[in-house]
Amino acid sequence: MNAVMHEDLIQYLLRLGDSAMVQAQRLCQWCGRAPALEEELALMNVGLDLVGQARNWLEYAAELGGDGRDADHLAFRRDERAYRNLLLVEQPNGDYAVTVLKQFFYDAWHFAVLQGLAGSSDARVQGIAAKALKEVTYHLRRSGEWVERLGDGTEESRQRMLAALPQLWRFTVELVDADAVEQRLFQAGIIGNPEQIALDWQRQVEDTFERATLPVPQPASHFYLSGRQGVHSEHLGLLLAEMQFLPRAYPDATW
Amino acid sequence: MSEWTLFEVFVRSKHGLNHKHVGSVHAADAAMAIDNARELYTRRNEGVSLWVVPSALITASSPDDKDPLFAPSEDKIYRHASFYELPPEVGHM
Repeated sequence: MNAVMHEDLIQYLLRLGDSAMVQAQRLCQWCGRAPALEEELALMNVGLDLVGQARNWLEYAAELGGDGRDADHLAFRRDERAYRNLLLVEQPNGDYAVTVLKQFFYDAWHFAVLQGLAGSSDARVQGIAAKALKEVTYHLRRSGEWVERLGDGTEESRQRMLAALPQLWRFTVELVDADAVEQRLFQAGIIGNPEQIALDWQRQVEDTFERATLPVPQPASHFYLSGRQGVHSEHLGLLLAEMQFLPRAYPDATW
Repeated sequence: MSEWTLFEVFVRSKHGLNHKHVGSVHAADAAMAIDNARELYTRRNEGVSLWVVPSALITASSPDDKDPLFAPSEDKIYRHASFYELPPEVGHM
């Protein structure tokens, strides 16, 4: 593997790991507050799946990085500007409509990405993705069902979904627009075809929104923030401050 | 939430032949009940198949009928197949 490809793969692993980690952290914020006991357990189960996946990606990134940092270091000692997660997942949970829609947009993207990675030429990536794909197949099914229920539910739930949509939609630009890193990794056979991922995501959203009787907006356009460049919205710093407080304040703590 | 239906959950374990009652979940409909049952009752690798049944559809015997329904069988030990001599060739059944 040449030097550029090596750096590209590390960057991409950080994107996968950071997105899973931040999404999991957002889900954890529902702990003790979910609208029903059943939902609470479901949210925490999804969150724990994602923490496990984040660990797998970050461990591989740490190994390739070879600078002595391990997965915990990458998760708990990196600052906001070094995080490479999608802008979508760092957005606040809002009400349950925002939480559900955010999860659905992420799951639909995640599923398409993992399908590509499950055929990766990199055996380690392939293995992690194949395992994660089983979990995410369920995540997508669950969040898709919730989008339908709320979109085509009561007048109240529908209004809340219609209000959540414009809040989140602009962040979906990152889900369908590959950068040079991803194009090179695709050419090398390490990740799936970015065009296919974008198409799959779009189709999944259209199908689910049709069943949910929700309107599909025009494709989102670029704006000045970019999660994969480390230029985040104001919400990520607060999230990381909470998540990273303990290991930063007590570096030698064990439990 | 208060309008959700209560479902009884049955899980078939990996080696078990029949579904066993394990508890209940609340859900808006049967599909959600399957998901919720999956979250609550199979997260530690307990099963390979789930049934959910609206609790209201289950007809239960009344506790008041305990004696007329069940007491008469108490002294009918001949209904247990414990009076047969097993030929040694059968071994342990």
